[in-house]
Amino acid sequence: MKMLLKRYKYFLVLLVINIVVYGLYPSVGQKSIDITWSNALEMLSVIPPIFILLGLLDVWVQRDTMIKLMGEKSGVLGVLIAFFLGSAAAGPLYAAFPIAGVFLQKGSKFSNVLIFIGAWSTTKIPMLLFEASSMGWKFMATRFVIDIPGIMLIAYITEKLLNEREKQHIYEQASFNNE
Amino acid sequence: MFTVLMYVVAFGFLVLSFIKDKKKTFLALKKAWKSFENIMPQFLSILVIIGIMLAVLSPEVISGLIGEKSGWLGMLMASLIGSITLIPGFVAFPLASALLKSGAGFMQIAVFISTLMMVGIVTIPLEIKYFGKKAAILRNSLAFVFSFIVAIAIGVVLR
Repeated sequence: MKMLLKRYKYFLVLLVINIVVYGLYPSVGQKSIDITWSNALEMLSVIPPIFILLGLLDVWVQRDTMIKLMGEKSGVLGVLIAFFLGSAAAGPLYAAFPIAGVFLQKGSKFSNVLIFIGAWSTTKIPMLLFEASSMGWKFMATRFVIDIPGIMLIAYITEKLLNEREKQHIYEQASFNNE
Repeated sequence: MFTVLMYVVAFGFLVLSFIKDKKKTFLALKKAWKSFENIMPQFLSILVIIGIMLAVLSPEVISGLIGEKSGWLGMLMASLIGSITLIPGFVAFPLASALLKSGAGFMQIAVFISTLMMVGIVTIPLEIKYFGKKAAILRNSLAFVFSFIVAIAIGVVLR
């Protein structure tokens, strides 16, 4: 029980804040509760398949296979797989981090994991179609064309700026998170 | 639509997995649940923060902040709002297109969309949990800077 309270303390603090807001500004508080509720339903509808795939990935894909596909020496193939997996997904970015964690734990190169995150955040195929329909094809295409090198650049620079010890720590953390 | 596709793909693999190895399949489901349960506190916190934030920063307020200001100040404002808010795409794009019609510039909109998608201040505690402090802050800062490059490119192409 104490453990549970500790884990959920930020959530509980935020709930209290929301209740206080509701007391002071009923209309804002009500709106925020409505938005939270509809987002929670949205999340619950989108997230189950993501985590089922995560579980299957964890159990079926061997570490050796993952290293071959997205590891240190995977080269162009690893980059392409990272882009493909990120772009083919559906769901909010915060659901991508646990999957990124499994990739790391299985020995993916850090920059490939960052490319996966970048692709998930910006080049998701359903989002691109939606973007084109509301902003026009030219807007979408321009952003898409510049986003591809941008995502790679962000990934490589981030990895380059980390030293070996910091990277090792990230991989250790990934195994710990997945225990 | 794509959510349905995700269910079909996930369920398909699950059935395939079950046919091949029952025990492994149950292990996979157990892992799935554990990973979900593991980040449940962060997920719930993010949901409440988004709720409070969007109740305050309603589409009307955002239009007021981005719509009337132009130039670099407008872009800076748009990038800050994009970085701190977390709006799903199916709300963000119609909002962006409405902003354009009400007079906001393409560059401001581009930087807003780009930071909205790539920079996540609300989700940074979760990101730190997986990538560590340094990598998470680096990725978000680089994405923030990159969003201005996207805006300049959009400005050049769609002038």
